[in-house]
Amino acid sequence: MSHEVELGADALVMDERDHVATALRDIEAGAVVQYRVGGIFQQVKLLDDVPFGHKFAISAIESGQNVRKYGETIGRSTLFIEAGRHVHVHNIEGIRGRGDTAGRKTTE
Amino acid sequence: MNTFMGYERPNGDVGIRNHLLIIPTVICSNQVCNRIMQMVPGTISIPHQHGCSQIGADKERTFEVLAGTGRNPNVGGVIIISLGCEVVDPAALAEAIKLTGKPVEVFDIQSIGGSVKAITHGAELARKMLSELAKQDKVAIPMEKLKVAVKCGGSDATSGLASNPALGQAANSVISQGGTIVIGETTEIIGAEHILAERCADSQTEEKLYSIVDRFEKEVERMGADMRGGNPSPGNIAGGLSTIEEKSLGCISKCGTAPIKGVIEYAETIPEGGLYFMDSPGNDIECVSGMAAGGVHIVCFTTGRGTPTGAAVVPVIKITGNGRTFEKMEDNMDVDVSGMLDGSLSLELAGERIWQEITDVADGKWTKAEVLGHQEFSINRIGPSL
Repeated sequence: MSHEVELGADALVMDERDHVATALRDIEAGAVVQYRVGGIFQQVKLLDDVPFGHKFAISAIESGQNVRKYGETIGRSTLFIEAGRHVHVHNIEGIRGRGDTAGRKTTE
Repeated sequence: MNTFMGYERPNGDVGIRNHLLIIPTVICSNQVCNRIMQMVPGTISIPHQHGCSQIGADKERTFEVLAGTGRNPNVGGVIIISLGCEVVDPAALAEAIKLTGKPVEVFDIQSIGGSVKAITHGAELARKMLSELAKQDKVAIPMEKLKVAVKCGGSDATSGLASNPALGQAANSVISQGGTIVIGETTEIIGAEHILAERCADSQTEEKLYSIVDRFEKEVERMGADMRGGNPSPGNIAGGLSTIEEKSLGCISKCGTAPIKGVIEYAETIPEGGLYFMDSPGNDIECVSGMAAGGVHIVCFTTGRGTPTGAAVVPVIKITGNGRTFEKMEDNMDVDVSGMLDGSLSLELAGERIWQEITDVADGKWTKAEVLGHQEFSINRIGPSL
């Protein structure tokens, strides 16, 4: 995992396998955001406002797909998510600790 | 050899504080204990809601937390105040704490004849015991004696990106000095337990780690609810954390990279040397109180949203990776590692900054929570009130 941030970076990607980056400042929709994946700079145009500490998609995520941060599964998408969209409780859900849906639990 | 200045206890334990602790065995004794604390500055009372109408393992858990808090090496002497009819046995509690060799006094409100006489008697005892404690000199103690808990609370996205990895570096420093680290919060490794399981020193520890997570998750299923909203909490969600899995994956880095030598019960005495996992709830105060009862000297507590919480008998070092929180709540925050997120502070330097704070606090520096008089205390329940 990379915890090193270069001066002036907009967002942080924790692992090369991640679908999401974390915003390091409040960023408005329409902004083109730079981040580094495995030493290579990439960019995406934000389609939503993304507050400091919140995530946005750096690649398209199909509905029902496991979503990765830290190189690990942090939950599952409930909608198709375009690259640049804010990723949060409105479009991903937890897989674990789901007493409300007990029975369809997975531990992948 | 690296050392800190601490207090030697008769049984070989060492403390970094020299508290006189006043323990109510039951909620009914709280007011008497609190009045004595007000009359005799320097004493610490730990009011709680328990001690009566409890049975079985739930009653035992309350007893163990009270006994462990009394045995904590930062405590130099104890006064136990009973009502006289509760289920927590005050004589047994006194015996459990006396095993450490520290002075313990015990009396009950019914025998002594009411609140006023109990407060008068307790204040007199406290005054005498406190003046004895004040005579004790500090001596140089090797760093390997230090037991440090790592905890996070009021998390946001910066916890997983900055403060927890930085605390992990400091945890590695504690262990490399021969010291002990304990991590807990069983609910907050859900979704990340496979990573910690790979680091368990043996298969028995690995199985136990999986089984305690499974037990917690089954409880959530029994409740028929989604964890989200309770954990991650509304504040966690506002801070950018979307699921328990995301929160857990950000949480686990705070314990560093050492192998996990064992999984211990809530409030169980923590063995010496290396990394241990305490089966405990994510709830800040219940978790920290269990760790204090297990014998830690210091709690290192990361927070992104900001929380003022301290603990009754252990200093709590508050660490944040959120620069806005450090600015807004500076009177509660001890260490700022937010520079990690603008590129001005390396992970290594952030870890060193926390390690330096740990050694300073072990040497006697007061944490912000201590200065402000934060003495939170709470006991985890596992049974119904009768």
